[in-house]
Parts: sequence; C-alpha cells; structure tokens
Amino acid sequence: MAESLAHAAPDHGAAEPHRRDFINILAVAATVGGVAAVAWPLIDQLNPAADTLALASIEYDLSKVALGQEVTIAWRKQPVFIRHRTPKEISEAVAGDTAALKDPQKDEARVKAGHAEWLILLASCTHLGCVPTFAQGEYGGWLCPCHGSVYDTSGRIRKGPAPKNLGVPDYAFLGPTKVKIG
Amino acid sequence: MSGPSTYEPKSAIERWLDTRLPVIRFGADLMSFPTPRNLNYWYTFGGILAFCLGVQIVTGIVLAMHYDPSGAGAFISVEQHIMRDVNYGWLIRGIHANGASMFFLAVYLHILRGIYYGSYKAPREVLWLLGCVIYVLMMATAFMGYVLPWGQMSFWGAKVITNLLGAFPLIGNTITTLLWGGFAVDDPTLNRFFSLHYLLPFVISAVVALHVWALHVPGNNNPTGVNVKSKTDTLAFHPYYTVKDGFAISIFLILFALFVFYLPDAFAKTDNAIPANPLVTPAHIVPEWYLLPFYAILRAIPDKLMGVLGLAGAIAVMFALPWLNTAKVRSMRYRPTARIYFFIWIAASLALGWCGGQEPNGQVIHGLTGPTLIDYDINSVTWLSRIAALYYFAYFLVITPLLGFIEKTLPVPDSLYTPVLAHPAGMPVGALAAPEREG
Repeated sequence: MAESLAHAAPDHGAAEPHRRDFINILAVAATVGGVAAVAWPLIDQLNPAADTLALASIEYDLSKVALGQEVTIAWRKQPVFIRHRTPKEISEAVAGDTAALKDPQKDEARVKAGHAEWLILLASCTHLGCVPTFAQGEYGGWLCPCHGSVYDTSGRIRKGPAPKNLGVPDYAFLGPTKVKIG
Repeated sequence: MSGPSTYEPKSAIERWLDTRLPVIRFGADLMSFPTPRNLNYWYTFGGILAFCLGVQIVTGIVLAMHYDPSGAGAFISVEQHIMRDVNYGWLIRGIHANGASMFFLAVYLHILRGIYYGSYKAPREVLWLLGCVIYVLMMATAFMGYVLPWGQMSFWGAKVITNLLGAFPLIGNTITTLLWGGFAVDDPTLNRFFSLHYLLPFVISAVVALHVWALHVPGNNNPTGVNVKSKTDTLAFHPYYTVKDGFAISIFLILFALFVFYLPDAFAKTDNAIPANPLVTPAHIVPEWYLLPFYAILRAIPDKLMGVLGLAGAIAVMFALPWLNTAKVRSMRYRPTARIYFFIWIAASLALGWCGGQEPNGQVIHGLTGPTLIDYDINSVTWLSRIAALYYFAYFLVITPLLGFIEKTLPVPDSLYTPVLAHPAGMPVGALAAPEREG
C-alpha cells in the first residue's frame, strides 16, 4: 500500500493538474457557497419584516390645524410635522430661495402646487434624528435641541451639523383639507 | 517567562486526571505565575475588572428573567415590576445599573495605568490590542443595556447613536435600516439590542481569556518598565497578588456599595423616568458619563460625517498607540516630559467629558461673552471641545511619536527592585530574602 502510493506521486508532473486539485477546488467552492447561502438569511432577517413594511399610509384631516399651528403625527411610528404656514412664514421661505443654502432647494419644490400654506415634513433632524422644535433659532423655523441644527420656515438646513433639509414624505391631497401620507 | 510547569500531582486521582485533562495543573500554574514583586495598587484594576464583569453577568442574567423586551412592556417591566415588585429587584438592578459605571471607572484607570507605565510597548502589543477590543465591546454592551429600560433617554440615545452610522455616504441608510429592523428605532430594535446585550458579555469573557493569555506569555510589565531578569524579581501570584487584588476589590466594593445603597440614581437621568415617546425629543440629550468625551468630539465638528469619523478616530487611535510611541524607555516614571503631556491629555479628556454634558452653545465661564469665532462664541462649550479634541489627537499623533526622539529621560534602574531597596519605607513582603541570595 505504502509502496504503491510512493510510486503514484511521481507519475504526475508538478505542473499538471492533479485530480486532488479538482477535489480541493470543488470542496472550497462548495464550502464558500454554502457559508454564503447560510449567512444571507442570517443577515437579511435584520431588515424590516413584512408586517413592519405593511404600515404603509395614513390619511389626515387638515381642517384640525389652524393657521400658524403645527401638529406632530405618527407615520410608520415616525414623527411627521404638519405646519399651517402664515403668509409671513411663506414669504420668508421664498426669500430664502436665493440665500446660500447647504442643501439648495426652492420652497415651491417642498410644498404641493397651490398648497404653499401646508408644509409637511419628516420631523427627524437629518443630523442624528432628534425632533426639532419650532419658533427657535435664527431663521424663524426649527431648532434641533440635540446638536443645534437650525432650519428655516421651509425646513431647509441653514446652520449646524445637519447635512440635509428636513425630508418631505410622499403625500397627496385627496381633497382641499385631506392628505394621504405614504 | 512563565517557564515549565511546577505542578506535582499529589494523589492518585490527581495523577489520573492530569494525564487526561490537566485542569488542576492549569489552575496551579495560574496561581504560581511569577509576577514582578514591585507591582503597586494601579495593577489591581485587572482583578477589579474581572470582578465587575462577573457582577454584571450574574445580575444581568437574573434581571433578564424579569424583563420584557417589548416596546409596550419594557418600561413597566423595569420601573414597576423589577424595581417595586420583584423580591430584591431594586437591589439587583441597582447593582447592575451602577455596576456599569463602576466597570467603566475601573477600565479607565486600568487604561491610564497601561499608558503611564508603557505597558503596551513590545512585547505586549497584542495584549494591548485585545484590551482595546474589550473596551469597544464594553461600550457597545453598555450602550445597548442603556436602551433596555425604554425611557426617553434610552430611546433617543439609541436613535442618535444608531443615526451616527447613517452618516456614511451610499451605505449609511442601508446600515441603519438593517440595525433598526424598521424605519426608526422601534420594537425590533429593542428586541435585537436585548439579544445582543445578553450575548456580548460572553464575547467579552472570551476576549478577556485571550487578554489574560496574552499577559501570561511575556508576563506583567511593572512600574519601572524594566524587564524581569531573574526569578528573584518575581513573586508567586498566589498568595501575594491574590491578597493584594482581594484587598483592592474590598476597597472598590465600598465605593460600589456607596452608590448602590446611598446614591442609586446618581448616574440616572430624570428624562429616563418618562416612557419612550418617538414624537418628542428630550430638551437635552446626553449619554452616560463614560461616553461623554467621545460625544463632545462628535459635536465639536460641524460636519456630520467628519464628526462621526472624529468620534470613531478617538477610539481607533488607541489601537495604534504601541506603534505611535517611539520612546526607548517604557515607564513614565523615568520620562518627566512625557509625564507632563500625559497629565495634560488627562485634563483634555476630562474637559471633553465636561463639555459633552453641556449645551453646545453654553458658556464655559458664566456671564462672559466673547467675540464669535467662525460659528460660535469663543467662550462657548463648542470651542473648548474643539481645543481639547485637538489636543487629544495631537497627543497621540504628534506628541507621542516626537517625544521619543527629543525627550531627556531619567536614568533607568538596572533591575526592577533596585528602587524598592532604596525606598525609605523599607521592603515589601518577600523582598527580605532576595538581597542575601544576591550578595
């Protein structure tokens, strides 16, 4: 037995592929593939589950929000601001269109056409996700209590560490005083 | 240095076991491990930390038996069920919650000891790296544990810290969604944090085992930083250092008990007595005291991604320390210049810690308004944070590498117990026999 093995080895030249090389490659490839196939479900289970994703859209009656008032409602368990803007706030927001902005965007692009008085925003500071408070900070808009980001009356970032404007969720007007968010 | 095993099996059963599973030999060698005879009380924090880890695991396992990791039930299960209804729940939670602060207090002193005596220098780099890994794991564990009571500070702390990862371009949002298991911090987040908070202490235990193993290959450093040269430089770990560590743990327990019994809420935030509300952010969010310096660095930088990188860099730079230190002399006992910069670094870190607990535009000296520099008043917490953060990084990246080349060191003793013999207070236990043998 030992003798036959000793004879078998020199039969194959060093450069020539060995049958064992094929088996090694096959074994390693199957192992890597197998580990990847098992790893993916273990990682992907961390992503939002189907029932979490199913919390899709909500409807809200705007007539409850008086001029100059703001409500915070929960959409997908996240806070959303619905602000009924005064003409002064709107004119300040439009005036801000030409200022030097960190994340340039016109006020008209942040509201629905014909509904400039309704500003609907994701109420999470784009820095680290705190809820900003209104009527504080230099631009008449929001101030984030956590790290001092200042937003204007269009929810655009004007000062502080936040990189982006407050997000605008997908929404549509179903009627003059009814919106569907999501 | 550990040398060959000195264990002799004494009975037939010990001999039988020794050839099958030599656990008694393993334990006996640990106890007789030759340890430098000049270790001072700064060297007892290793034992204190092992004790702290044990306390957290035991109390944590018990608390998990009474805790409900759901958004609706978590707050009630902690604040009402555990704190009021479970027999001695108040005590067990008091030990666990304050134990985290005690654990960090000890780990910071342990790290400072390592830096001061140059314990991370060759051949102990791997020992130091493993220590850094343990420290990072401790921070992750403590952070997730803080989320579990599901109060306002728990919730918003979780939101702010997980949002840090959202700062990375392109992959940021994918990572945060994966971490949250939803669109924001919610039930799935709480569930997985509970699972990981239970897991990580055991991972820490495993890395601690590697840390101790890495310690036992080169052996302990010592306050002189001089290598152990012969057996007369050492004492058996037991009874000399088991007793010393035991005494230090007793003293440490007095401080621990002081917090548990007399100041149980000293580290707690009042906002955390309010159940988590995703729609309202507390007016002032601060992390636990042991994370404040890093939080101050995050806030000092006015750019989101750079702030996150600054925070991560402050921790990452610790890993590089063995290769940043160019000094020939290990211990700062003989490096008077290095000592000054080291104490300034401690002051800068404490200043950062103070800043992390203040409002960003708060005043450092009350009632004094200075000129505005770029974006903040020169007397603001933000500017103090920036100066301290700059020193923090300069200490590691500039001062430490340069000092090795330019500093004047004091003469280093030939052996680690020369300074002990010269000490007017006399000789420590066990030192008596040594001079005779040498003479």
